[in-house]
Amino acid sequence: MRMPPLFLLATLIVIDQASATPAPADWSAVEKQAEGQTVYWHAWGGDPRSNDYIEWVGERLAESHGIELVHVKVNDASNVVSRVLAEKSAGNTEDGAVDLIWINGENFAAMKTNDLLFGPFAERLPNFSLTRPDEHPEMRTDFTVPTEGYESPWGRAQLTFYHDSQRVDSPPRSLDALLDWAQHNPGRFSYPQVPNFLGTTFLKQALITLADDEEALYTPVEEADFDAITAPLWDYLDDLHPHLWREGRRFPDSGSAMQRLMGDGELALAFTFNPSAPAAAVADNQLPPSTRSYQLDGGTLGNVHFVAIPFNASHKAGAMVTANFLLSPEAQAHKQDISVWGDPTVLDTDALGDDAKGAFDDSQDIPGSLSSDQSANILAEPHPSWVDRLEEAWQARYGNR
Amino acid sequence: MGHFRRSRLFLMAVRFAPWLAMALLIVPVAGGLAGVIGPAFGWLPALDGHTVSLTPWQALWRQPGLVDMISLSLVTALASTLGALILVILLLGALLETRAFRAIQRLLSPLLAVPHAAAAIGIGFLLTPSGLANRAMSPWLTGWSYPPDYLFPGDPWGASLILGLVAKEMPFLLLMSLAALPQCQAQSHHRLARMLGYAPLTAFLKGVLPNLYPLIRLPIYAVIAFASATVDVAMILGPSNPPTLAVSVIRWLNDPDLDRRFMASAAALTQLGVTVLALLFWWLGERLVVKLMSQTLTSGRRNHGDRLIGGLATGLTWFILGLLGMSLLGLMLWTLAGYWPFPEAWPWPLTIGNWMEAADTAWHSVIQTAVIGLASTAIAMTLAIGSLESEIQYHRRMRRRTQLILYLPLLVPPVAFLFGLVQLQAQLHIAPGWFAVILGHTLFVLPYVFLSLSESYRRLDSRWAQVAATLQASPGEVFRRIRLPLLTLPLLTAAAVGFAVSVGQYLPTLLLGAGRITTLTTEAVSLAGGGDRRLTAVYALLQLTLPAIGFSLAIGLPKLLLRNRRGLQPA
Repeated sequence: MRMPPLFLLATLIVIDQASATPAPADWSAVEKQAEGQTVYWHAWGGDPRSNDYIEWVGERLAESHGIELVHVKVNDASNVVSRVLAEKSAGNTEDGAVDLIWINGENFAAMKTNDLLFGPFAERLPNFSLTRPDEHPEMRTDFTVPTEGYESPWGRAQLTFYHDSQRVDSPPRSLDALLDWAQHNPGRFSYPQVPNFLGTTFLKQALITLADDEEALYTPVEEADFDAITAPLWDYLDDLHPHLWREGRRFPDSGSAMQRLMGDGELALAFTFNPSAPAAAVADNQLPPSTRSYQLDGGTLGNVHFVAIPFNASHKAGAMVTANFLLSPEAQAHKQDISVWGDPTVLDTDALGDDAKGAFDDSQDIPGSLSSDQSANILAEPHPSWVDRLEEAWQARYGNR
Repeated sequence: MGHFRRSRLFLMAVRFAPWLAMALLIVPVAGGLAGVIGPAFGWLPALDGHTVSLTPWQALWRQPGLVDMISLSLVTALASTLGALILVILLLGALLETRAFRAIQRLLSPLLAVPHAAAAIGIGFLLTPSGLANRAMSPWLTGWSYPPDYLFPGDPWGASLILGLVAKEMPFLLLMSLAALPQCQAQSHHRLARMLGYAPLTAFLKGVLPNLYPLIRLPIYAVIAFASATVDVAMILGPSNPPTLAVSVIRWLNDPDLDRRFMASAAALTQLGVTVLALLFWWLGERLVVKLMSQTLTSGRRNHGDRLIGGLATGLTWFILGLLGMSLLGLMLWTLAGYWPFPEAWPWPLTIGNWMEAADTAWHSVIQTAVIGLASTAIAMTLAIGSLESEIQYHRRMRRRTQLILYLPLLVPPVAFLFGLVQLQAQLHIAPGWFAVILGHTLFVLPYVFLSLSESYRRLDSRWAQVAATLQASPGEVFRRIRLPLLTLPLLTAAAVGFAVSVGQYLPTLLLGAGRITTLTTEAVSLAGGGDRRLTAVYALLQLTLPAIGFSLAIGLPKLLLRNRRGLQPA
C-alpha cells in the first residue's frame, strides 16, 4: 500500500490533538475495554478504493488500540438491516454478528424505528465536536430524521455530473437542458435502476427542481398530496426515457455500473455521489482521460453518510473507538486524499488547528476533478418516507416494461 | 477377531450414514422453510406480525409484472435445459468415438469447471455492445466508433440468459452423461446397432439413449430447478425490467422497508411453486416424447438425416465452445488491460498492475474457498458413499419419498429458505463463520454429489461383490477392494462436481458466514456489481481456476490409478 507523505504529518497531528484535549474519564474506560476486541464492520465493498481505505483504518487501529478490524463487505446496507432483524427475532440481544454499519437514509430510518440501534453514542465521541454540529446541522440530521446520537458522521456526498469532454462540448447544466441534450444525443445518458440509491437520488434531484411545492418534500409523505406533487416528475421522465440508453427499457444496476458504461464509451454523460470519484477513476484507467466533472446550476443533492452500532453488537466499545478514529483529522484527511479515496471530510476544517488544516490541502488539478470554486449549492435530502413512495411509483410506471 | 470387529464397525457406520445425511438435509431446509412460511402468512413477531392472514399474498399479487416474472423464469429454465440436453444428445450421438469428439471433450473439460457467475461475467463482457465481439468488427466492418445501443445481454425475452445457461449446463450434462455411459454399456449397444446397419446418430438415439436417459434424469431435473431459481446468472445476463422471479425475491428480501419481508416470503414460496411447475412441465414433456417416439424407436429405419443433424450439432457445439473460449480470452485480456477504449480490439499497453493490486486480498480468498470446498466435499462424499453403501448392505433401496427429501436442497430454491435459515442459525446460537458456512455448503454439495454418484453406484453389477463374498471377503473388504476401485471414475467425478458446487456458492456463504468469510465467488459477485471490469475479471478467472483443477484431477487421476484397468477409464 502506498503511504502518502501526508501520512506522517497526519500522525503527528493526531498525537498532538490527543495530548491537547484530554478525553473524558468514561472515554478512557471505553478505550480500555476496546483493547483486544475484534470489530466486525459491515460496509459496502463495491469500491476497491474505499476497501483499501478501510484496510488502512484497520492497520491504524491495530497499532493504536490493539483492535482487530474486520471489513465485512456487503452489496447493500439493507442486507445488514435484514441480518440484525433476523437476530432480534431469534432473541439474540447480546452477541450480534454486526458491530458497526456504514449507513444512512432510509436504512438508518428503518433501523431507528425498529429499535435496532445502540446509543445514543455519537456525541460521547471525543472527536465528534470537531464536526462543529451546531454550525452544521447536517451532522445531526439524516434525510431530515434527527440522528439523536444513534449514528456518527463519517463522510459527505454530493451529486456530481461528469462527461467525456471529447464527445460533449458543453454539458447540460439544468434538467431542461438535460432533456434537450438527451434528445440530441440519444442513448448516451441513463440513471441507475431505482431502487438503487443513486437512481433514487436522481429522482429526488429532479423532483426538488420540478415540484411546485418544494417544502412538502421535507415533511412525511403521508402529509402531502403525493400524486399532485410528483406529477411534473413523471411528465419529465416520460419525455426523457425514450432518449435514454437502451431507450429506457433497461437501466444500469448502480452508479459503478454506470461509470463502467462511461468507460466503455456507451454513455457520454453520467453522475456520481462522490465528487472526486471521476478523477480517481481516470487515474485508475477506468474513465477516459478527457473526463470532466461539474454540478448543476441550481445546486445538487448532498448528504452525509454515517456509521452506526446495532443494539446487539458484541463489541460496542471497539465499535465506538473505531467511529471516533474515523472522525480524527488523521483519518479524515487520509480519506479526503484523492489518491486514497477522495471522500470529502465531515470535519469543519476552519475550526482545526493550522497543522491539522494543512493535512487537508489537496492538490485539485487532477484530470476530471472538481475544483472547489466549481462546487454548487447543496440541496438537502427530502424526508426518508418519500423514498419508498417514489421508488414504488417509479417501479409501477417504468419497472416492468 | 480384529477382522470381525472392523467389519462390524464398518456396518455400523454404514447404517448410521443415511440418517446423518437425512438430518443434515431436512433440518436446515425444513427449518428455513418454516422461517419463511410464517412471514408469508403474516406471522413474524419481531416485526409485529402476530396474526395469520393472506395480506402478504395480496401484496404480492399486486406487484406489477408478477406474471411476466413467473413466465420468464419458467421459459428460461425449460428452454435452456432443453437446448443443453439436445446439444449433448446430438453431440454424443453424432461424434462419440470420433476424433473430433476427443478434441471437443479435451476442450470442454476445462470449461466444465467454470462457475456460473464467472461464465456469466465472461459472456456478458463478450456480447455487451462494447464487448470483444463488437471490438473485433469495429470500426472496419461496422463503422462504429462508439458502441451501438442495443439491449443484449439483458434482452426482455431472456435470450441472453438462456444462452448463458445453455453454455454452462451443456458441459455439465455432458460430463454427467460421460460418467453414465459405461454404466449402461453404451459402447457395446452402439456397436451392435452399428453392426445392424444403423447410422451413427440413429444408432445412438435408438440403441443408447433409452438406457442413458434414466441415468441422467436426476441431473437434468437439478439443472431445471437451478435454472428456474438462479440468482447470480439472472442478475448478470437476465433482463431487469422485469427480472426473473428469483431476482425479484432477493430484491424484496433486501428491501430496507422491513414490512416487505412478509411479501418477500410469499414470493419465496411462489418461487418454490415455479420450480415445481417447471419440473412438472418437463415431466409431461417426457411422457409426450415417449408416447410419440415409441413407434419410431422400433420402426427399423436405419438413418434419420444423420449427416445433416450431426453437422448441425457439431456446428452448434463449436459455437458454444467458441463463445466460452472467447469469453475466457476476454476475461484474460481485461485482467491485463489499462485504459481500453472502444473500439480497440486489443488492450495496449498490457499491464500486470491489476493482478498485483488484487494479489494480497485474492490469495486470502483462494485459501478460504479451497478449504471450504474441500471440507464440504469430504463430508458430502462420506455421507453419500455411506448412504449408498447402506442400501447395498441392508438391501433397503431408498423409497421414492425418502429420495425426494435427499434432493430437497436442489429442488427447493435457495432463495426460498435461506432467510429462514439465518434465523434458525441465530436461534441455535451457531456463530456465523467457518462451521456454519462449511455445513451450509455441504447442504448444497451433498445432493449434487449424491446425484452424480447414485446411479453408477446402484447399477454396479452386484455379481462382482457376490464373487468376492464367495471368496470370503467381508463387506468392508468388498467395499474397499471391489466397489471403490470399480467406481473410481464416478467417485472422482462426484468429488469434482461437489468441489465446483461449493466454489460456486454465493448466497449461503454470504448469509451463513455473515459476510465474514469471503470466497472468490462472493468477491467476484460483489465486484461484478461495481464498476471495475479489470478486478472483476481477475476474480472471475481465479474463481474458475479452482474447480478446473478439480475436474482435471477427476479426468487425469483415473488414467494414472487405473492404468491396468482399461474398461474403467474415461471414455
